[in-house]
Amino acid sequence: MKNLKRINDFVIRFANVNGSGSASANNLFAKAVFRLGVPVSPKNIFPSNIQGLPTWYEVRVSEQGYQGRRGGYDFIVAVNGQTLEKDYDDLLPGGYFFYDSTRALSGHYKRKDITLLGMPLTDICNREIENPKLRPLLKNIIYVGALAHLLDMDFSVLTDSIAKQFSKKPKLAVPNIRALELGFKYASDHFPGACKLSVKRSNKLSTHILMDGNSATALGAVYGGATVAGWYPITPSTSVIEAFDKFTRQHRLDESGKRKAAIIQAEDELAALGIAVGGAWNGARSFTATSGPGISLMNELLGLAYFAEIPVVVVNVQRAGPSTGMPTRTQQSDTLACAYASHGDTKHVLLFPCDPKECFEMAGDSFDIAETLQTPVILMSDLDLGMNDHVCLPMEWDDKRNYRRGKVLDKDQLESMTEDWGRYLDRDGDGICYRTYPGTHPEKGAYFTRGSSHDEYAVYTEDTDAYKRCMERLSRKWVTARTLVPAPRIKRSGKPATWGAIFFGTSTYATYEAIEMLDKKGIALDTMRLRGFPFQDEVLEFIDQHKKLFVIEQNRDGQMRTLLINELGIVLNKLVSVTHIDGTPIDARYISQSIEAVLAKTPKGGAA
Amino acid sequence: MNSKRPVFRHPDLPKNNLGYTRRDYEGLDSTLCAGCGHDSISNSIIQACFELSIEPHRVAKLSGIGCSSKTPAYFLGRSHGFNSVHGRMPSVATGANMANKDLLYIGVSGDGDTASIGMGQFVHVARRNLNMVYIVMNNGCYGLTKGQDSATADKGSSSRKGQPNPFEAIDLCEMAVQLGASFVARGFSGDKEQLVPLLKAAIGHKGFALVDVISPCVTFNNTQTSTKSYHWIRDHMEATATVDFIPQQKEITAQYEQGATQSVSLHDGSAIHLHKSDNSFDVTKKRVAVNALEHHREKGQILTGILHVNETLKDTHDILETTDKPLNTLTKKELCPGNQTLQKIFENYR
Ligand SMILES: Cc1ncc(C[n+]2csc(CCOP(=O)(O)OP(=O)(O)O)c2C)c(N)n1
Ligand code: SF4
Ligand SMILES: [Mg+2]
Repeated sequence: MKNLKRINDFVIRFANVNGSGSASANNLFAKAVFRLGVPVSPKNIFPSNIQGLPTWYEVRVSEQGYQGRRGGYDFIVAVNGQTLEKDYDDLLPGGYFFYDSTRALSGHYKRKDITLLGMPLTDICNREIENPKLRPLLKNIIYVGALAHLLDMDFSVLTDSIAKQFSKKPKLAVPNIRALELGFKYASDHFPGACKLSVKRSNKLSTHILMDGNSATALGAVYGGATVAGWYPITPSTSVIEAFDKFTRQHRLDESGKRKAAIIQAEDELAALGIAVGGAWNGARSFTATSGPGISLMNELLGLAYFAEIPVVVVNVQRAGPSTGMPTRTQQSDTLACAYASHGDTKHVLLFPCDPKECFEMAGDSFDIAETLQTPVILMSDLDLGMNDHVCLPMEWDDKRNYRRGKVLDKDQLESMTEDWGRYLDRDGDGICYRTYPGTHPEKGAYFTRGSSHDEYAVYTEDTDAYKRCMERLSRKWVTARTLVPAPRIKRSGKPATWGAIFFGTSTYATYEAIEMLDKKGIALDTMRLRGFPFQDEVLEFIDQHKKLFVIEQNRDGQMRTLLINELGIVLNKLVSVTHIDGTPIDARYISQSIEAVLAKTPKGGAA
Repeated sequence: MNSKRPVFRHPDLPKNNLGYTRRDYEGLDSTLCAGCGHDSISNSIIQACFELSIEPHRVAKLSGIGCSSKTPAYFLGRSHGFNSVHGRMPSVATGANMANKDLLYIGVSGDGDTASIGMGQFVHVARRNLNMVYIVMNNGCYGLTKGQDSATADKGSSSRKGQPNPFEAIDLCEMAVQLGASFVARGFSGDKEQLVPLLKAAIGHKGFALVDVISPCVTFNNTQTSTKSYHWIRDHMEATATVDFIPQQKEITAQYEQGATQSVSLHDGSAIHLHKSDNSFDVTKKRVAVNALEHHREKGQILTGILHVNETLKDTHDILETTDKPLNTLTKKELCPGNQTLQKIFENYR
């Protein structure tokens, strides 16, 4: 048997029972790797349940900085009896299986190609920890202590982390540090030299931060000047609003301690978006955050906002559908539902962030884009991005930057206006008209906003020409939108590439890694990462430059592929789907294998 | 409303404190059926705003969908209006109010718009005590979709084309009292004498003010068999007390007899005087209001007037502790914490 032997390059998976306090211990481990300067990518794979069901925490340690999922597990910490067999079977050959040996393993466990590391965690807890209430929690800390020895980690990073975590209640740090030591001691007594995977201090990280996408999105909304938020709780979007609430309480109070934000937990998602629409109509930057089922409910109001031209921002942290689907698993499966949300001819601006940095930037920009275009903007995040921690460089906010509030007439402008004003008059030919906020001027600028057909002066009309003029102007505005959404990121392989790959959002990092893997095998692909909808000319140009292209995404039906075909008129078989649908984040090995399988069937010399 | 519409002002029309005539509070010509109760309510809204010298542009009118929800186009033409989607006016009004606490929000809805599709939103805007006037133009049917029974249609009542309604009716006022709405009143579109002061009191109130106005649909629901018809209401209407609304500016004189009058002072210093009759009651007590409503219902009567007032409840902004300045006036300087703070925030993520 050949043991896996690697420094700063492995995947460790923790198998726990949810609600057992494992999350903070596992976090402690990931944070320790991060604090040792080594790029780390933790993924929480958890059930839609409060207590008692299996949950996994997967940590990828990668000196090279790969942030996507790699595929496969080299080390498993198995502390959940319910999944023990499967966890055991899933371990890669040469890997390490760490388990609670208080109960002996049954006859199933016969693999010869892995290293067993049994530690009587429950026994140790019962013997060493007096307070029975603390035992289940500290059991998790004990295995982290053992890992520190097994993976040869600098122990002080862990103890410092504990001290930092409990800086306000130092008394609580004591039993935690003792638990770490218990684990470390047991491992050094019983497993000397047993594990050939290790974490060494590195200089790969400098000013980096470890942050979840939802916090970054919320910060973007704070910096972008959002003041009104309507929401209804739904995983995985809830923490966007919780973070917005927290940050505005800390950084958005007036001199008397009153809040410069109004956050309303609505009765449902219809009301949540209704609140955001009302706020936006009245001149406050307003948003809501939701996930698939909420998007379904918001459809009618999205159509209203589109047709009445109200600049509202919707954050969609996608999860696995359809229906309730897998509420705590990730997917990119709302692309079509959002692009064309609501009845009638509607189209919405979409933004696709790939990491917390882009969550922050795009959330900030989304208000500028929405107000410039006077239309809804949907930020397409997902559970993987929103709820998992990601290593990234700290974002910057340019203090000189001003909010672009779009074409809004103030009192003086209305006063000095000689020409005739109509809310929906396209003076500039870009499809975007001039709006006014209620209460601006005693005699000028009032109009009637409606979701029913209206003429240039916002008056109800069933005149077919007026209706057509309005719909065609909205199409003109859509053309303008292409100049405002972020451009795609194109990377050339540097070799003649007949194939290209298109992807977006959280498929990004795993895809880049897969492309590198393929490149090493002599398969060159140019790549284009989409960042917004509507698509710009560059998107079509890139597609035109290649014979065939893979569209890599996390849903069953290849929704982005459909959108590209529909919007750009691409020949159907030019775009080949690579889809990943099991609700876990897409991984690099899966992508490279899928691409290789397609190419193997394609005649030599490239795409047919 | 529409800047193309010529405005003709007669020099002799009476003016209010702002120098505006009643015409300055009118809107476009109504397209509702002649005789529709909703038009009378629009007129009462115009009258109330004119008499109170409200600056028209400091009002935002919002509505859902229905004949009733069309009316904001027919009053206050100098105010911004928002005809949203069916049953969702309360949430849109909530967001609008959050954005600017300084405007007067008048919401108009129908009984279908409120008591069916929008029931959830109605309930929650009431319990949040949003500072707004919420007018239900209640005709016991769906006018715009041609006369189906609504959830406020009385059991046994039948519209022009319908069978007697077999379901229980929802009493929006009684519900609102229980939900904690801070102002609840009921009027009749055909009784301007009562409706105008009710609307004025609702406008003066800070918090959620429901005015449920029985408003006969002459096209689909004005028959002998309908309990929301003109003649039925006229025969069965009972008023709690006559209402006088005394704006804050006016000196409150002692012309009302103690004992026969209940005075409620409103948040802004104005006051309501209720001239008590024998069957009137203390409007500040929730339970008394519910009892009175039930009592009259059992007798086959419709109780109108001010049913409940509670001036001590906080409105949504006070509950959320938002800043005094309207949120939509805050500038980048007041909203954006700056890059230095951002970098400090990141210390917690290392
Ligand atoms: C989502 C949705 N469903 C149905 C309709 C059709 N609709 C329009 S108005 C209306 C009922 C209106 O009744 P009410 O609120 O009582 O107003 P009224 O016309 O009686 O004044 C309905 C069902 C709609 N516009 N939207
Ligand atoms: S149908 Fe009824 S509610 Fe609608 S306008 Fe005519 S009378 Fe009024
Ligand atoms: Mg009705």
